[in-house]
Amino acid sequence: MSFVDWISQPVNWVFLVIGLGVAAAGFRVVTSKNVVHAALFLVASLAGTAALFLMLSAEFVAWVLVLVYIGAVVVLFLFGIMITRAPTGFDEGLDANKKALPAILSVALFLLMSWASITAFGTTAMENVGVATSTELIGESIFGRFVIPFEVVSIVLLAALIGGITIARKDPTPAEEEERRLV
Amino acid sequence: MILNQFLILAAALFAMGVYGLLVRRNIVLILLSVELMLNAVNINLVAFESVLATPEAIGQIFAIFVITVAAAEVGIGLAIVLLVFRNRRSANVDELNLMRW
Repeated sequence: MSFVDWISQPVNWVFLVIGLGVAAAGFRVVTSKNVVHAALFLVASLAGTAALFLMLSAEFVAWVLVLVYIGAVVVLFLFGIMITRAPTGFDEGLDANKKALPAILSVALFLLMSWASITAFGTTAMENVGVATSTELIGESIFGRFVIPFEVVSIVLLAALIGGITIARKDPTPAEEEERRLV
Repeated sequence: MILNQFLILAAALFAMGVYGLLVRRNIVLILLSVELMLNAVNINLVAFESVLATPEAIGQIFAIFVITVAAAEVGIGLAIVLLVFRNRRSANVDELNLMRW
């Protein structure tokens, strides 16, 4: 399959626009000089990923991504940024000084992974694009074959919730402890 | 659509995440880079599911599990960042040299 064949399909134009947007936003996440901008570019990257999931007819996963990541995780990140870096603004000290070696390493990693996937899969076409994976199927799968991993993950979430509260709350000073005992 | 266009995009996102992980000094930004890498993995899982078309949608289930664990990781990670910041007045990894040999 040549590039002309590939680009002549309209669905690939959509992919090209969204994919370049996702990659550009991801690049700005790791290079932006402003912490809040980095978090907001992550939102753009994740929204583009959700659109790609819709293209792959994975509707439930796309909306889970929007709800959990954009709705909750990025808000949590913004809270973390506001608490630890106020006042926020452009800051030159966000990056380490030595950037050449990580850049070479990540480019080499990208080339290696691309080479591996190209040699392994070539032009394998998508099979069931346009056939939506129904949420019913996902629900039956989660509560059927994957019910034990599901329960384990729920325990992990509960432990993370309790652990987060316990770690982040202020320990009372000895004077406060004494006061509390007297009351 | 072919499989490789998704795999290569995911590889690019993963490489960007690795770059951010190595270059950034602030812990919050390092966690953002980790999210980028997990997102690349999710793209791979959903793309492979679209090719293999398993009867139980296993790839999408795994993507949901990855999203869930990532949410737990961010909650704990930011709680630790908060604690470190409260004790050391800084959230930069190169200034946290208490346990450095």
